[in-house]
Amino acid sequence: MQTLRRKDILGLEEMSAEEITLILETARSMREIIQRKIKKVPTLRGRTVLNLFYEPSTRTKASFELAQKYMSADSVSVAGTSSSLVKGETLKDTVRNVEVMGIECVIMRHPVSGSANYLARNVEASVINAGDGMHEHPTQGLLDMFTILDKKGRLEELKVVIVGDIRHSRVARSNMWGLQKMGAEVVVSAPPTLMPPDMEAFGVKYCPDLEEAVEEADVVMALRLQKERQEGGLFPTLREYAEIYGLTSWSVAKAKDDLLIMHPGPINRGVEISSELADGPRSVVLEQVTGGVAVRMALLYLLMGGVKDE
Amino acid sequence: MKTILIKGGRVIDPSRNFDDRADLLIKDGVIEAVKNGLKAPSGSETIDAQNLVVMPGLIDMHVHLRDPGYEYKEDIITGSRAAAAGGFTAVAAMANTDPVGDDPTTIRYIRERAGSAAVRIYPIGALTKGLEGKEIAELGRMKTAGAVAFSDDGRPVLNGMIMRNALQYAAGLGALIIAHEEDPYLSAKGAMHEGSVSSVLGLRGIPSAAEEAMLARDLMLLETSGGRLHIAHVSTAGSVELIRRAKAEGLKVTAEVTPHHLILTDRAVKNSGYNTNTKVNPPLRAESDRQALWAGLLDGTIDVIASDHAPHHTDDKDVEFDFAPFGIAGLETTLPLMLDEFFSGRIKDLTLPVLVDKMSTAPAQILGLEGGTLQEGGAADITIVDPDRSFIINPETWHSKSRNTPFAGRQLKGAAVFTIVGGRVVMREGVITDQ
Repeated sequence: MQTLRRKDILGLEEMSAEEITLILETARSMREIIQRKIKKVPTLRGRTVLNLFYEPSTRTKASFELAQKYMSADSVSVAGTSSSLVKGETLKDTVRNVEVMGIECVIMRHPVSGSANYLARNVEASVINAGDGMHEHPTQGLLDMFTILDKKGRLEELKVVIVGDIRHSRVARSNMWGLQKMGAEVVVSAPPTLMPPDMEAFGVKYCPDLEEAVEEADVVMALRLQKERQEGGLFPTLREYAEIYGLTSWSVAKAKDDLLIMHPGPINRGVEISSELADGPRSVVLEQVTGGVAVRMALLYLLMGGVKDE
Repeated sequence: MKTILIKGGRVIDPSRNFDDRADLLIKDGVIEAVKNGLKAPSGSETIDAQNLVVMPGLIDMHVHLRDPGYEYKEDIITGSRAAAAGGFTAVAAMANTDPVGDDPTTIRYIRERAGSAAVRIYPIGALTKGLEGKEIAELGRMKTAGAVAFSDDGRPVLNGMIMRNALQYAAGLGALIIAHEEDPYLSAKGAMHEGSVSSVLGLRGIPSAAEEAMLARDLMLLETSGGRLHIAHVSTAGSVELIRRAKAEGLKVTAEVTPHHLILTDRAVKNSGYNTNTKVNPPLRAESDRQALWAGLLDGTIDVIASDHAPHHTDDKDVEFDFAPFGIAGLETTLPLMLDEFFSGRIKDLTLPVLVDKMSTAPAQILGLEGGTLQEGGAADITIVDPDRSFIINPETWHSKSRNTPFAGRQLKGAAVFTIVGGRVVMREGVITDQ
């Protein structure tokens, strides 16, 4: 099997359609492993991975850790509230110290945009960006594409709507890059205050009216709304937000019957999505999570190769 | 003090509209004569300037020397050596030190340390106490102690009434105020220029309006307050237009621009992969802003090129982007960068006399300093440039304590080869000779 010709996975902006296709195809074979009763292959036996999470995470962290276990890699996890991270040690020092213990791959989540790029420049180990500030969350973008591909059989010429706080969302950024590279049409919907300035760089369409945006859409993806944004004066109240930009049975009333409903989690029920939709038959929120493990196994496999010592 | 004859150079003196071949004789620290066919007196040194350009000593009117308080970043001595190496004979140092330069004692401390420095150091006093923007500092007493201008640089004066009072009060003293124009509510937590690049990188943006809104306010205040206002590090097309209009209306406003705003754009943050040496305030702006800054410089809207030398320790900069301080160190790159812009021919209408005016004559006039001229009888502050000197910017060889530049590795043509302060050669071929 092919491998990725790159040291790090920092974002989908810099990735080609061929690379994304390779990752998604590899993830499909990885999913077969997860579906087995004995979910373990020896592929990464004796290989070591560090999970470094400077921000809270449930899904991403658990799915990376499971991916490592299923692949038989040895891993350590360090969280932002423990250890030297709160003792004022710099990111560079922390990782260099762990690196000399034999770490070959670092999975990092960090609140500052660009910190994965910074880390990748400063260590020999591979770096997988598990979310950096508002910049990118490439593994989420990949698992979202994996889920859509699985349900729809293709990505080309699908219309995907992303609704919510695009401005502060790394998930939206990775999805905008990835989906368009794979031939999908992306439409974003949000109040103008939650849109990034000068959006044209992304090449997506902007449609502030959600009802109109989801017409003829194949997929709609709601983003988590951080409640602090209200205090920042970016919108008046949560109830107004939910009424205008929340995914509800009313807002998708005119949409296609086979509309896929997605959310990267964690969900604010009744804010960006109603429970009725999140738990309904068109929702693939939990499938996204399963796909996440397969995609992360694929990335570990493709980056670490399993053949490094030959 | 040795008598020096600078022989056969191209002499540029914007203060007298002079640009021609001439010899220049320095005696007892003073320019004795500027004319052709001068003979070297016995015991004098002759500098063969046949292929060199001789100009009045360059003056950088906006630097941070970090002394007192942050000597691990820079101090008056290392900063002065960096200045000499970069072809400057004088610098004006901002007051955001610790303690803040907001009283005569700190101003006197800087003047005293300046006695051991390689170049002339002119202190700029704080405009408000503690740079807090609440009470006007003792401008009069600081002026007596040697402050050449007043500024809260690094911060705006947020309260419009304080700014109005400060402008009025300073007018009575004939003192210059230098304004850092920024509305902190608009720039809140921003790390780079707000635009498509910041959106792609996921960095919080500093909109152009953060600078322009505050600048517009200060220009309106200046209309009725009297006094003189100098705008530090202008960075946007809108600011250039505001200043152009204010000048046309006859307001006593002057402005400066930095080399990094003239040469780089916000793309540098992306192309460098979030290199924190591209993080500076005001931020590197869009290409349209960069072009407007050149237009403003060439049509006289912008009077001065200043480095905004903001040295930081590598430890402070070698962190995640949001955590790094703002600032670019520029004393050792400003002149070569600007010479390279000229010699490369990239900027149509840019001439050497224009560059010398913006970097020597104009800042001397604005700050009311001696220098900025090669007038006979004036202090012998002279910079000599070799237009053919090619080199690569390597911060490891700097005299500054800092290394923070986005220009490392850049190949340039043109650099200072002699810096002469008061008739003393303080830099010769890159070597500091002030001892």
